[in-house]
Amino acid sequence: MQARLSANDLACRRGERLLFRGLSLDLAAGDVLHVRGANGIGKSSLLRILAGLLAPYAGDIASEGGVALLDERPALDLDAPLRKALGFWQAVDGCGSPQGALQAMELEPLMDVPVRYLSTGQRKRAAMASILNRAAPIWLLDEPLSGLDTDAQAKFASLIHSHVGGGGICVLASHQPVAVEGLKSIELADFVPEPKGEHVA
Amino acid sequence: MMWPLLKRDLARFFPFAGSGGAALPLLFFLAVAMLYPFAVGPQPELLAKTGGGVIWIAALLAAILPLERLVASDMELGVFDQLRLRGIAEESVMAVRMIAHWLSFGPLLILASFPAAALLGLDGATLHVVLLGLLAGTPGLAAAGLMIAALTASLRGGAALSGLLLIPLCLPILIFGAGALARGDTASLGFAAAISLLLVAIAPFAAGAAIKAAREG
Repeated sequence: MQARLSANDLACRRGERLLFRGLSLDLAAGDVLHVRGANGIGKSSLLRILAGLLAPYAGDIASEGGVALLDERPALDLDAPLRKALGFWQAVDGCGSPQGALQAMELEPLMDVPVRYLSTGQRKRAAMASILNRAAPIWLLDEPLSGLDTDAQAKFASLIHSHVGGGGICVLASHQPVAVEGLKSIELADFVPEPKGEHVA
Repeated sequence: MMWPLLKRDLARFFPFAGSGGAALPLLFFLAVAMLYPFAVGPQPELLAKTGGGVIWIAALLAAILPLERLVASDMELGVFDQLRLRGIAEESVMAVRMIAHWLSFGPLLILASFPAAALLGLDGATLHVVLLGLLAGTPGLAAAGLMIAALTASLRGGAALSGLLLIPLCLPILIFGAGALARGDTASLGFAAAISLLLVAIAPFAAGAAIKAAREG
């Protein structure tokens, strides 16, 4: 099955505000899309819409293949040691060999540390490890680079590169530049409605 | 798919399973039973007459205590979103959580009723009615608690609110469950069990809907 993610004429409304409208995209295996834009412009909302967690105000989405989402919440039990917190998701995903992802993310020395004591970057690496273990073809990464040191940033970029090289799709939302080859990008500000007259009642 | 969920929920909510705080409701329950004779005085007739009701009140309050941790922390951590992305419906997650919540206070509360009954000087017949009543009523308390916890999870200060909201929902169970004590027969326990079952049937759907609604908010 070829991975595919397409959206047609999406609009997103949060509360009384129309964040963006008229956004269409069509991604096939091997595509990386960088969603750019300032804080609060709706990058995270777009990713949540693409993930199917949020209903779009208008437009529709079609996807083929499992979707994995990385956002600012790592979904790891704060009180549990990392081994146990990641182990839960491995059990849910039925992942038998988590070692590769742990090595890639350099998490092995941290396995006995409770998640509460991990830094932002370490938590992000842990969340990324559970995405790697999931083997979903569509990756939606929300600010994947924030909180990471330069080594980890390079590591994330190379992981994204090899993921799409293997037939995956990656959409990443970030306000900072991302060093991935063959990157397509959209600027979310282009889809923001004019301030006047477009205000939804 | 459901077994890892139940395992995680039990590890988080079952008393003495590692995370501190989960044993508190049980200790709270015993503390109420222990303090009551000191508060009303040691007349055996009075204790025997009111003791069963005190056990019920203590059980109700013990069921309120874990509510704060039941849903809100997972919502904050994005656990429900990640489960949704893996194709696991909110209703299933909530059904599993309801079972885990009941397992972590119901059976232990029923066991703790034996020492509580001894402290309050209840006779065997009264204890029998209390035990059957708790068996019939606690699943309903767990179900109502889960619904309220899911509804208030996205609110600020939801924990205090959830305790208040649970009380009216639990009133029918209390009336029929503890009411059996006054008459000394077990006939009305059937009603308590029926209300319990109804709540158990509704709760996963109501709680699941609450989580979905919170996502849109």
